[in-house]
Amino acid sequence: MITMPESSASQNNTVNESNETGNTSKSIRQDHATRKRVISKSVLGLISLFMLIPILIVLLSWTQPVADIWGHMREYVLPQVLKNTAILLLMVTVISGTIGTALAWLTSMYRFPGQRFFSWALMLPLAMPAYVLAFVTVGIVDFSGPLQTALRDFGVTTAIPSVRNVWGAGLILSLAFYPYVYLLARQAFLSQGRRAIEAGQMLGLSRGRVFFRLALPQALPWVIGGLLLASMETLADFGAVSVFNVDTFTTAIYKAWFGFFSLTTAAQLAALLIGVVFIVVLFEQYWQAKRGNTITQGSSQRFEVSKPAKLAMTLLCTLVFLIAFLIPFAQLIYWTAANFQQDFDARYIDFVTNSLMIASITTAFIAVLAIMIAWIKRQYPDKSTKLMTTLANLGYVVPGTVLAVGIFIPIAWLDNQLIAYGITSTQFLSGSVIVMLLALSTRFMTVSFQPVDRQLQRLTVNQEAAAKLLSDSPFQRWRQVMLPVLSPGVLTGLLMGFVEVMKEMPITLMTRRQGWDTLAVRVFEMTSEGMWGRAALPSLLIVLVGLIPVWILLRQSDKQG
Amino acid sequence: MSLNVISANLSSAKLTLPVAVFGMMLALAGCSKSSTPEESVDAETPAPSTEQEVAKDNAASADGQTVTIYSSRNEQLIKPLLDRYTEQTGVKVELVTDKDGPLMARLQAEGQNTPADMLLTVDAGNLWQAAGQGLLQPVASSVLEANVPAKYRDPEGRWTGLSLRARTIFYDPSKVSADQLSTYADLADPKWKGKLCLRTSKKVYNQSLVASMMEHLGAEKTEAVIRGWVANLATDVFSDDTNLLEAIAAGQCEVGIANSYYYGRLLDEKPDFPVKIFWANQGTTGTHVNISGAGVVTGSDNADGALKLMEWLSSDDAQGLYASADKEFPVKVGIDESEMLRSWGQFKPDDINVQKFGALQTQAIQMMDKAGYK
Repeated sequence: MITMPESSASQNNTVNESNETGNTSKSIRQDHATRKRVISKSVLGLISLFMLIPILIVLLSWTQPVADIWGHMREYVLPQVLKNTAILLLMVTVISGTIGTALAWLTSMYRFPGQRFFSWALMLPLAMPAYVLAFVTVGIVDFSGPLQTALRDFGVTTAIPSVRNVWGAGLILSLAFYPYVYLLARQAFLSQGRRAIEAGQMLGLSRGRVFFRLALPQALPWVIGGLLLASMETLADFGAVSVFNVDTFTTAIYKAWFGFFSLTTAAQLAALLIGVVFIVVLFEQYWQAKRGNTITQGSSQRFEVSKPAKLAMTLLCTLVFLIAFLIPFAQLIYWTAANFQQDFDARYIDFVTNSLMIASITTAFIAVLAIMIAWIKRQYPDKSTKLMTTLANLGYVVPGTVLAVGIFIPIAWLDNQLIAYGITSTQFLSGSVIVMLLALSTRFMTVSFQPVDRQLQRLTVNQEAAAKLLSDSPFQRWRQVMLPVLSPGVLTGLLMGFVEVMKEMPITLMTRRQGWDTLAVRVFEMTSEGMWGRAALPSLLIVLVGLIPVWILLRQSDKQG
Repeated sequence: MSLNVISANLSSAKLTLPVAVFGMMLALAGCSKSSTPEESVDAETPAPSTEQEVAKDNAASADGQTVTIYSSRNEQLIKPLLDRYTEQTGVKVELVTDKDGPLMARLQAEGQNTPADMLLTVDAGNLWQAAGQGLLQPVASSVLEANVPAKYRDPEGRWTGLSLRARTIFYDPSKVSADQLSTYADLADPKWKGKLCLRTSKKVYNQSLVASMMEHLGAEKTEAVIRGWVANLATDVFSDDTNLLEAIAAGQCEVGIANSYYYGRLLDEKPDFPVKIFWANQGTTGTHVNISGAGVVTGSDNADGALKLMEWLSSDDAQGLYASADKEFPVKVGIDESEMLRSWGQFKPDDINVQKFGALQTQAIQMMDKAGYK
């Protein structure tokens, strides 16, 4: 379990040994430092414990009698699940890694027709929930969809292979998640790639070698960071894999829990899933450890290339943009238009404001926590901190449904206790915004934490020391130095979190207050009955609202360049 | 809702926070000296949506009695019915929707203090599970007993069916003639190789269908049938019935199994939809019929209100609406079906008591897993 902060406090303290003489002041200072350390680590311990509770609840649900379902699962379900999970992770890593990195390199290093447009347009798929991209794509490319129907009308009978399988799901998830890689790789290239160009030119290297020998190794930590997010999303996805009917951990957990009603088996599967995540996270941390934190402003120099090469770049960007965003987006508009009369009513004002409201509250809350965790992690970088930080960020991979139930059980229990002791008379907590806030924060902590953490790592020791000297109070120091330095990371964290919460479905479904239906809830209402066309309007609105933060993100990452 | 209500809504406290947060993001984006996130958060504590609550209370008529429903049924299918009930009785109905599993987990966790009064769901398998977990209480109602045939009710009175849906065979009339079709089991015959479309085994509708086959044919024979189905598949299984029916129309497969009301909805949109319905098992056990239904929640504090609503849903008035609004069959005998339903012809439904579907659900899922039916 978690090592308690007290125990680590007794370890050797090397907190800025000053050259002051005078033992008393020194010991007071040491006392003060120790106390600060204990408090900081306790706070971190509390946050991570807090984030862990729902996961622990699920993992520790061994109260139910073990059915013989586990044997069945192991024999008939798990092999398929492991195989599919491996295929999906591999596909997403390779495809979204390649697309994201390549497009980031092109848009930040070259000039070609449409380059300015594509540099932000290629981010847009971030606003498209994976489950929406999934049902729209199936609607378009399936045998009965418009694409193949048109082909048949032209007499072309070569059937496009069925997409309703693991390969189709892998492709769609890759297209849905490449923006994570793209965004981070772009930041890396903009801040460092140009230096690489200059260095490379001095050394007389070819462009390919500049990319592979200089730029990519430098950007790799960022790329891996993006891939980590993409992998976590893949592991936790339920909506998209359901559309493609692919068995993964999330669907198996669902089956164990709600098909076989065996919470134990569901917990065992969830534990396995978390094991898989740990491997992925450890792998990522190994790369993170190698990450350099230098940030340099390069010149705004770009490569010059021949006309055909420029056109090829434009074509490549166009292709990805079309498949991952524009065509599905157009289909959504088409479906929306077809069903608008029947669907649109004044309640949509509520759906939109509810979505915005929930996303805003959650995002702000997460941002504060992320700053705290990142700062503590920086101050006391030891093993126990590292472990607690990892634990605090674990929620991202737990399927939303499991997390929702895991948070609901203790809250409802607390409610029942309050009623039993006569403190409240009704279910006071269960139906409140607090539950939703906690569950969503647990789920998306890491999305905000990563960029904040990266930004804080860039803050040099000298900068911090200077800030200490120049300011009277910690508060002033934070206000005038730390936050401005942190702000790009915080902003990225806020925006990413915002988009994520907007898209989230299972937690919102389970923990929302009565009457607090959001756009995602509306999408669920329609898709659960197979009314794809009528799910288009709420889906479209999710995308449109999500575009605002994406646009701000882009402006910001351009500014850094 | 009129325009001024909308504008009032827009200017209400609910929007201040999102605006503030977005403003904060923009401020950070143009960061020179920005405000701290902490400050903004403290300054903007979430305002409770009291305005909304008040508006709702005013809208409700006099007696203030409310029935809270946990429903896995799609809101817009059930809402017209509930609105009519409110119109007629003045009783307010609150609807919370989610998938079946999470809803039951929620009821379980809330226990005696749950705000829910009634669970409304589809498929006898789900109702049986909810009853088995002690989430529904037995009620005695002469009205329900009169309106709903015994095979569509829980013998202990914990739940009742409110509408019927037939899960049967659909075919492409340009390639298949009705006399080639007979039973569900016959679709496992090699003559249908590469011609059959099925929905995923993860859907409870198929789990109940297989459960009913286990009851009629025995486990061994049923497993052989499922293996035969899988061998005959024309394409990967579908995640919903609508896509499956469209695949038959497009010529991807020639036969498939789906619920009647999905077909009805498609016919509504496209009157010349080129797929025909075939009532399965007419020469043997009858077509597989399942229910949508409801039960009174164990921890309900308005069990009476919930029961009254259930009784109303089984009345002639509501039963007629089920058929016209959602293309489902009324559960009550002697209700006029809509013209569309009548055009599909009379059929003999399976006589099995629907609670069997729940009892055999786990075995059915295991069997389908073993047979490789995804």
